[in-house]
Amino acid sequence: MLKIENVYKTFNPGTINEKRALNGLNLELKEGEFVTVIGGNGAGKSTMLNAVAGVWGVDSGRILIGDVDVTHLPEYKRAQYIGRVFQDPMMGTAATMQIEENLALAARRGKARTLRSGITKAEREEYREQLKILDLGLEERMTAKVGLLSGGQRQALTLLMATLRKPKLLLLDEHTAALDPKTAAKVLEATEKIVQKNQLTTMMITHNMRDAIAHGNRLIMMYDGHIVVDVSGEEKKNLTVEQLLSLFSQASGSSEVDDKLVLG
Amino acid sequence: MDFIGALLSSMPGAIAQGLIWGVMAIGVYITYRVLDVADLTVDGSLCTGGAVCVILTLNGVPMPAAILAAFAAGLLAGMVTGLLHTSCGIPAILAGILTQLALYSINLHIMGWGTDNGSKSNLPVSVDKYDLWVSSRHVRALTAENPFLILIPVLIIVIALLYWFFGTETGCALRATGANGNMARAQGINTNFAKVLGLMISNGLVALAGAFLSQYQGFSDINMGRGAIVIGLAAVIIGEVMFSKVFRNFALKLLACAIGAVMYYIVIQFVLKLGLSTDDLKLLTALVVAMFLAIPYWQGIRAQKTVKGGKGHA
Repeated sequence: MLKIENVYKTFNPGTINEKRALNGLNLELKEGEFVTVIGGNGAGKSTMLNAVAGVWGVDSGRILIGDVDVTHLPEYKRAQYIGRVFQDPMMGTAATMQIEENLALAARRGKARTLRSGITKAEREEYREQLKILDLGLEERMTAKVGLLSGGQRQALTLLMATLRKPKLLLLDEHTAALDPKTAAKVLEATEKIVQKNQLTTMMITHNMRDAIAHGNRLIMMYDGHIVVDVSGEEKKNLTVEQLLSLFSQASGSSEVDDKLVLG
Repeated sequence: MDFIGALLSSMPGAIAQGLIWGVMAIGVYITYRVLDVADLTVDGSLCTGGAVCVILTLNGVPMPAAILAAFAAGLLAGMVTGLLHTSCGIPAILAGILTQLALYSINLHIMGWGTDNGSKSNLPVSVDKYDLWVSSRHVRALTAENPFLILIPVLIIVIALLYWFFGTETGCALRATGANGNMARAQGINTNFAKVLGLMISNGLVALAGAFLSQYQGFSDINMGRGAIVIGLAAVIIGEVMFSKVFRNFALKLLACAIGAVMYYIVIQFVLKLGLSTDDLKLLTALVVAMFLAIPYWQGIRAQKTVKGGKGHA
């Protein structure tokens, strides 16, 4: 479903802030795979997701979604294949627009925006049903401005928006990191529910090793702009945090104490 | 009593001017509030609208066509700013300034069309010779020629069309672009297209206001748009200060801009009658707008201090 072939990306080339963020990255995802992505700060996790989403162009390499080469497609055109939830709860929704308006925008992802009505009566009923899945009572506040919602509510809403039209690929960039533990657990639970129900091909970045093991059917670890550990199936199910830490030490050649600080 | 009499007799003119500038203020609202861009093109495109309308009228073009052409010229001006911003990567505010500057020359040539040196800074159009839709001459007349009979329906039509448009898929995409560009792109919205479209609509409305303004005052002038952005902002802000608590609906928010423009011209008449020189009007306008922009900021700071200081200091 997703193929990343030998992708390189350097930020601020030729300056003192030069940073090689993706360093010969290769990855292939099969349809329905749910991959958790871990790695230290600066390992290239978010950069990988942004490269796939097309936030900027890559220096070299190819990115394919299904059979489509999207390497040179602008961000808004790739959006027809991709659902995204960001780390910052402010980033995924339009604060000054209503809950139902945000959903209506998401429902039109990948479709031409015409002069037809921006939201119809039939849609409202559908959104009401969809919002019930989140179990946050948002179905009773559909005309409230999104800016009035809490961070957790906004993330849950963004998740629903990302999956309202079934995406070929769901990208979750530490989407629970900015939330308190209880809310994070609830959003993660909703994530699991929605991914399972729609059999979505998913990449989820997390800083939480336990979450990385507990969720999904494949786990990759990044270091220095490429993938250093890739486990799936039974092997992944039986992983422990300790094993993961030692795998990380082997891959990065650093001490475990640092890893705990970085990977938490 | 003299003062009140003079003030009252100036009111119809002030309100008529306010309604014309209300259309302009609605254009400013679209860029400044909906799109979150301060667009300075309007200082040029207001005159462009006036110049196009007058030159076409003088050359025998029927008024509806002249007004439509003025609107189209505004669309074009907005498109230039939009493309400078999105396709050339120039910051929006600078893109607007560039277009505005270029329009100065273009406006001179529009008004000088057909003359020997092809350039003119002022172009009169007499209500006696031409069938103008609005004129300050009839502003106190209780006849069918009274400009309010045109201006009020025009304003209602503009607001109704915009209310419809911003409820469509395209209009919602435009609002999302202004509210959160990241989110808009992630939802497949071409934010560059949306920005260009927004700037076009905004400047189209500003040029439309210019077309009515030049008829109303009986001429178009190269300086008629100078400081227009500030007057537009003043109208938007006055409207918000007065009505933000009561007007929640989008159509009413647009109406608030128009009422804001009317209020602005009423206040201007008031201070003029108090003896202020017209030369000082722009200074006064700038001060008023600066103050209204600063007050919410100061209130924000005070609110923060109150939270930090706890109950005792509140």
